[in-house]
Amino acid sequence: MYIYDDIDQRIVDERVAQYRDQTRRYLAGELSDDEFRPLRLQNGLYIQRHAPMMRIAVPYGLMNARQMRKLADITRRYDKGYGHFSTRQNFQLNWPKLEDTPDILAELATVQMHAIQTSGSCIRAITADQFAGVAPDEIVDPRPFIEVMRQWSSFHPEFAGLPRKFKIAVNGAKNDRALVLTHDIGLELYKDGDGKMAVRVFVGGGLGRTPILGSKIREHLEWQHALTYCEAILRVYNLHGRRDNAFKARIKILVKALGAEEFGRQVEAEWVHLKDGPSTITQVEYDRVASFFVPNRYTALPDHDASFDAAIASNPAFAAWAKRNVHGHKVPGYRAVTLSLKKTGVPPGDVTHNQMDAIADLADRYSFGELRVSHEQNLILADVKLGDLFAVWEKAREQALATPNIGLLTDIICCPGGDFCSLANAKSIPIAQAIQEKFDDLDYLHDIGDIELNISGCMNSCGHQHVGHIGVLGVDKDGSEWYQITIGGKQGSDASLGTVIGPSFASTEVPGVIQKLIETYIANRTDEERFIDTVRRIGVAPFKAHVYAKEAA
Amino acid sequence: MSNLIKNNAIVADEWTLVKLPAPAEETVRKQAGKVVIFKVTGEPAATPEQIEGTVIPENGKAIIPLTVWLARKEQLSARFAKGEIGVWVDSFELLEDLTDSVDDINRLPLIAINFPRFVDGRGFSMAALLRTRYGYKNELRSIGDVLRDQLYFMKRCGFDAYSIRADKSAEDALASLRDFSEPYQGAVDNPLPVWRRHARTSHHAASAGRVFSRHEDEVD
Ligand code: SF4
Repeated sequence: MYIYDDIDQRIVDERVAQYRDQTRRYLAGELSDDEFRPLRLQNGLYIQRHAPMMRIAVPYGLMNARQMRKLADITRRYDKGYGHFSTRQNFQLNWPKLEDTPDILAELATVQMHAIQTSGSCIRAITADQFAGVAPDEIVDPRPFIEVMRQWSSFHPEFAGLPRKFKIAVNGAKNDRALVLTHDIGLELYKDGDGKMAVRVFVGGGLGRTPILGSKIREHLEWQHALTYCEAILRVYNLHGRRDNAFKARIKILVKALGAEEFGRQVEAEWVHLKDGPSTITQVEYDRVASFFVPNRYTALPDHDASFDAAIASNPAFAAWAKRNVHGHKVPGYRAVTLSLKKTGVPPGDVTHNQMDAIADLADRYSFGELRVSHEQNLILADVKLGDLFAVWEKAREQALATPNIGLLTDIICCPGGDFCSLANAKSIPIAQAIQEKFDDLDYLHDIGDIELNISGCMNSCGHQHVGHIGVLGVDKDGSEWYQITIGGKQGSDASLGTVIGPSFASTEVPGVIQKLIETYIANRTDEERFIDTVRRIGVAPFKAHVYAKEAA
Repeated sequence: MSNLIKNNAIVADEWTLVKLPAPAEETVRKQAGKVVIFKVTGEPAATPEQIEGTVIPENGKAIIPLTVWLARKEQLSARFAKGEIGVWVDSFELLEDLTDSVDDINRLPLIAINFPRFVDGRGFSMAALLRTRYGYKNELRSIGDVLRDQLYFMKRCGFDAYSIRADKSAEDALASLRDFSEPYQGAVDNPLPVWRRHARTSHHAASAGRVFSRHEDEVD
């Protein structure tokens, strides 16, 4: 994991001082609400329904046990003893006091954390694969590259006032778990014909009100040019992106208006002037950063473990967990483990301070002291020995972190929604909970198999409902809360956007509608077919027919 | 007292900023019920009447709107030759209109870029382009909604003068020019990214020198 040097540390410390002074001036009346707003936003502070909400960066979803303990401590001292991992791979406090936020940032700085650019109209934290560095299908470990980009984007002066927020995702694996097609810039790292790392560049993807998949504007970019190329993209966007209407201000609208080809041409024209400039990444700098991501000191192990096999054979609950929550690993004898933050009855992504401390202990004891956050709002121990899995399971179970539902219907991605978010049209957490309660039979869940259900409380789509196999979106109809359902969305390299099945539903109807969608799938699926495959094969119509069929009188 | 910062000090302002007269009829544009604040890049900045009606002081140095400069260049040529004319560009205007209007951009002693709202970041790119692409070397001034919390970014993008909004203290603003001592990325003020400025620590050195003990301040 990357470790700060004095330069990194000074930047976060100076940021704390800067923000502390901004907050002081605001509280003293020297800064108006409008003047303070963009300043606090670029530091992750939203004013929300009940209190400010503070978003803390977990760069590319990677953190260590010490940082996790610090977050636990902060929730105890400054919040209500729990926090929330969001779909942006970051950590949110729901009840901090505005006056306390500078102190919270100062606390974070002591463990090399911050809230820089977690919100606001700037380059946001970069999204990555939660299995980076350990995934068996990885081609290039994206982490060094993302760290170089993180530093470049932090307080980039030219892009401190973009038309809208700007999100970058980087993927280096065969299967895209970073959502490159639904980000403002999506970068795909791959090995070219000469075996050298190269970058494929997509722009203009995004969810929200106008969901659209990114367009490829460059097939092959030598990695050294990634920063200058992104600067060219951002400069075209900064100068020409619309600012007259917040709903049309994302880069996707500009790309759509110009056409991807013309947009790409303008980028290339700009890039001619930046190419080979000082921001060209050197091998030395890349190697320096990469030195922090050398593989952990793994023990040479066989890829079988008798105690593990025995536990699987004798303990069905453990076997069910191992089937869903344990993932392949590059290194023989090791596995990645997902700790589920999706227990029925708990808002998806929420963790208590006790759980956080326990998770930190698990990381220290079993996984080189490191943790990952996924955009599915779960936590991952990336390097667990096969022979330790049973112990990890038992300890995770004590902390209610071992729900064996990863990738299943109840592993719901869900935004904070109307309970917390002032932009919401409707609540989302109670919907997730009602669905989880309806589908609480594990055998049935395992039979339904792989499926992604995503919920957002409004068009801003923080819950990524457009790319959920089933998407639920809160809409406002004459002041009451309704839910629109889509099916057929998918994240990944063959991403697609869901199709609306028809008129929206009242909250109490939603679990029943999901039930009918599942019934249609089960009635129509072939062996081995996942929900999404069936939708793609037979189309939306049969689902729609079953959901809206009049009850036989 | 002057609210102009130039080269890290508060100085007297020798220039008069000339604004366009208000248009004959002000049309308020609305979108989704909200008043549209920003103009789209390339939108016309002024009507012919406004350009004609702009009053430029007879004597002294004047910063005039780009549209006025383009339309009345001939008429101003003598004063331009004397170095009495600077031009200001609005955030939505096209920089090329300015750079195409002179054979040598450095014959302009002053260019100002207007920030209609401090969150409008187009001026950052415009400044960077003027300094790098067009080789502009003279005074580059930010005007309009210029507040201290953007000064550091402005400086990095190539501004060397800042006309702080009248109701704010330029004295206080000076401090913000030094918000960060060692930025990560290259920009106009220093094109070198940090790794070209300093030999930085690799993992080896970091783990040897700065012990990052996992339980250092374990909480309880
Ligand atoms: S999707 Fe809407 S309701 Fe949900 S968190 Fe985002 S803005 Fe709030």
